[in-house]
Amino acid sequence: MSPAYYLYLSAILFTVGAAGFLLRRNAVVVFMCVELMLNAVNLTLVTFARINGTLDGQIIAFFVMVVAAAEVVVGLAIIVTIFRTRQSASVDDVNLLKY
Amino acid sequence: MSGLAHLGTASYALQQTTKGEAVIFWLLAPIAVLAAMAMVLSRRAVHSALLLAVVMLCLATFYAAQDAPFLAFVQVIVYTGAIMMLFLFVLMLVGVSSADSLVETLRGQRAAAILGGLGFAVLLIALIGSAVSSMTVRGLTAANAGGNVQGIARLLFTRYVFAFEATSALLITAALGAMVLTHKELLVPKATQRQLAARRFADGDPSPLPGPGVYADHDAVDTPALLPDGSVAPGSVAPVLESMSAARFPRPDVLPLAEGDPQP
Repeated sequence: MSPAYYLYLSAILFTVGAAGFLLRRNAVVVFMCVELMLNAVNLTLVTFARINGTLDGQIIAFFVMVVAAAEVVVGLAIIVTIFRTRQSASVDDVNLLKY
Repeated sequence: MSGLAHLGTASYALQQTTKGEAVIFWLLAPIAVLAAMAMVLSRRAVHSALLLAVVMLCLATFYAAQDAPFLAFVQVIVYTGAIMMLFLFVLMLVGVSSADSLVETLRGQRAAAILGGLGFAVLLIALIGSAVSSMTVRGLTAANAGGNVQGIARLLFTRYVFAFEATSALLITAALGAMVLTHKELLVPKATQRQLAARRFADGDPSPLPGPGVYADHDAVDTPALLPDGSVAPGSVAPVLESMSAARFPRPDVLPLAEGDPQP
């Protein structure tokens, strides 16, 4: 088995996450799809670190994790705030600026 | 030069991974892909969260198999532990009963998303296939010689130290932002207990709501209380539970009275 299979797997996971991002309406689930895409990219980074024989890929994956943690905190806070004012977690209901 | 030649032979040996790693990969990769797809397709957000945790644990195992033990543990602790818990907390706040609406607001969006996803996957896989054909795998044996954590720490505190410092600023900003965003401004003074009692009497229903399971055939929280005439007492079951149990237990509003029961 070649390590390239990890790259194929992460491509598939990234695609599933991107499709879910377009398909789902619940803001929390949409956010989970973003997390899935970030995780898929992390797998790519770790695999390339191994292919290239340096640890830089793992460092970048580590930074991705840190930024993802900060992003989740702020994003979920925004979702909670919107839910408080609009009583809905659906991304379709956030349309005040549309008309 | 001799070092380079040594690296060349090592890379040839690492082109094929060990048999154990192949077993782990072919065991967990289908689980990860199926869990990801089920996450996207499941109606309930809680199921999505748990399936995403499965994907993350599979990825942690892959990190461990790819000479990244530090990242494997960070993945389990930060992602599966902290981030997924945060997601579940928010799901509890936002309401577990909120199922996705199935109405398409943009016509053809769903089909376009699936087609676009398939096309994107084919494109990515073809690109990877053409890129890895001439790939040599060096492996992390040399880089991890002094330990994986030590190697990462050496890079983190030398070459990437500015990014590391920026990360600390980012984390503080995120924590402050979350506090500011979720802070609730009190527009009117909080009602005292006396005011609450007065409001309850003014509404004409001073007694507490009937508890679930009173005079019912079951004392579970999702079993509604029954009134003396056998009808379901309104308000005896929390709305969330009502919406969840309505699908599982379709309950007639008035239960038929048996022969020997006293007539109301």
